[in-house]
Amino acid sequence: MVMIRHELKEGRITLLIWTAVIAFMLSLCILIYPEMEMQMGDVSSIFAKMGGFSAAFGMDRLNFGEFTGFFGVECGNILGLGGALFAALLGVSISAKEGREHTAEFLLTHPVSRRDILCRKLIAVFLQILFLNLFAVIITAVSIRAIGESPEIRPILLLFLAYFILQIEVASVCFGISAFLTQGGAGIGIGMAALLYFLNLAANLTDHADFVKYITPFSYTESADIIAGQCLDVKYLSAGLVFTIIGIGVGFCRYCKMDVLS
Amino acid sequence: MDAIRTNSLTKYYGRARGITDMNLTVEQGDFFGFIGPNGAGKSTTIRILLGLTAPSSGSAQVLGMDISRQKETILSHVGYMPSEASFYRNMRVRDVIKFSADLRRKDCRAEAQTLCERLELDVNRKIHELSLGNRKKVSIVCALQHMPRLCILDEPTSGLDPLMQREFYAILEERSKNGATIFVSSHILSEVQRYCRHAAIIREGRLLALDSTKKLGHTDTKRVRLRGAGRISDRLSSLLNLKDLQIDGDSVSFLYSGSLKELLNTLAALPLSDASITEPDLEEIFMHYYG
Repeated sequence: MVMIRHELKEGRITLLIWTAVIAFMLSLCILIYPEMEMQMGDVSSIFAKMGGFSAAFGMDRLNFGEFTGFFGVECGNILGLGGALFAALLGVSISAKEGREHTAEFLLTHPVSRRDILCRKLIAVFLQILFLNLFAVIITAVSIRAIGESPEIRPILLLFLAYFILQIEVASVCFGISAFLTQGGAGIGIGMAALLYFLNLAANLTDHADFVKYITPFSYTESADIIAGQCLDVKYLSAGLVFTIIGIGVGFCRYCKMDVLS
Repeated sequence: MDAIRTNSLTKYYGRARGITDMNLTVEQGDFFGFIGPNGAGKSTTIRILLGLTAPSSGSAQVLGMDISRQKETILSHVGYMPSEASFYRNMRVRDVIKFSADLRRKDCRAEAQTLCERLELDVNRKIHELSLGNRKKVSIVCALQHMPRLCILDEPTSGLDPLMQREFYAILEERSKNGATIFVSSHILSEVQRYCRHAAIIREGRLLALDSTKKLGHTDTKRVRLRGAGRISDRLSSLLNLKDLQIDGDSVSFLYSGSLKELLNTLAALPLSDASITEPDLEEIFMHYYG
């Protein structure tokens, strides 16, 4: 518990800022929905006819005139991209942070194995991601109630679950990368999250890049698929699970054997 | 049982030499000095002993335990003070000290408070506000608060003022009297000579000498200081085994490790007004080894 508490304390300001920003933007998006709904009219059909752009964001398969469709695209992008960036930054800093601040020597000369330290650091990252998502769920529920909407709960909760799993995967892959970094690596984390996001957009634009959907975790957060199917796509989830395990495994193997230099 | 024993310990960083074939033995309860210039391999040796770095070959035991198999048990009995102390910048001193104790699952509050009082360390300050000297003090408290059986201290006094250095060594001497082994890596030979019972000299990754500091200071080499009229330095050229020749006006000083009879015969022929032949101090011995 000591290590987990320490990590949570160290990251509390960053967590609060990211949580507040994402929750505020989610809430703002939901609160402007009634005004948007009135102006929608034929907007949905216009959105649906914007060719590749519509396909990239799944707007050709979503009804913007309904709250769930609107939430899937607008709020999905906020929580999807914002959450992925936050998870990437957390994941990439798990071990690289100690190198950047030259604290690895202090930490690793205490009678705690490197495996235990990494386990606890990883748990702390997952707890922070869980906190951000739970807070986002609560703010979403309050905001939906505030505008008097009563959408179907299941697809919205499935969307949140998909984004939570995505963030866990992104953090795990970035953790694997961070074990090879001696310095911060924030740029690599942000770049990784952005790359995965844009890979999914690219895969939506063409049928010839289907394999990319197995690489990017954004494939199983596709709101159009989740809302229509009322479930998460198991084949993309399975690929994500494999990447998650590889990321964690590589991170542990590398960090437990690496030389710690001052 | 030895506190530290290394067997042909070798470490290469890629092609770069760390240490080569290091055979070091430190007895339990000893106050041991580890002397060498920058890049000699002192920190590499320490980092291997603490499990921060894996050796390329060879083995080492700390407190009778193998460093690769019983690392966590070893670390529970060791207090380590790095040469450059870095902590979590936004934490307060008291939180860092408590965090260190918590990681050891020990209640060290009483000893930590005593150490903080003796070192005049303000526990309410944030780490990023501290000077190098105060960060060193935090490092000392973290290294000693759990009453370790073995203290490994890498360049411990750099950044501490002379009064604090004295207090620090007083604490170490108390720990040594209570049975703890003290292993100090240092450039400052005078403090090694003053406090350490045994010392090892390391150069270019190899152990050059390991003995009591008294014996290390007692060699065949003598420090000769002469004063006299004329250019006496010119007349010393016939002497072999002469090192570290320093000329200051009519005074000459040098290290001599040859025949004493030959030296006295040469000096007898010189117009000297003053002469002294003394044991060199450890600083000079150190220079002798590295010269």
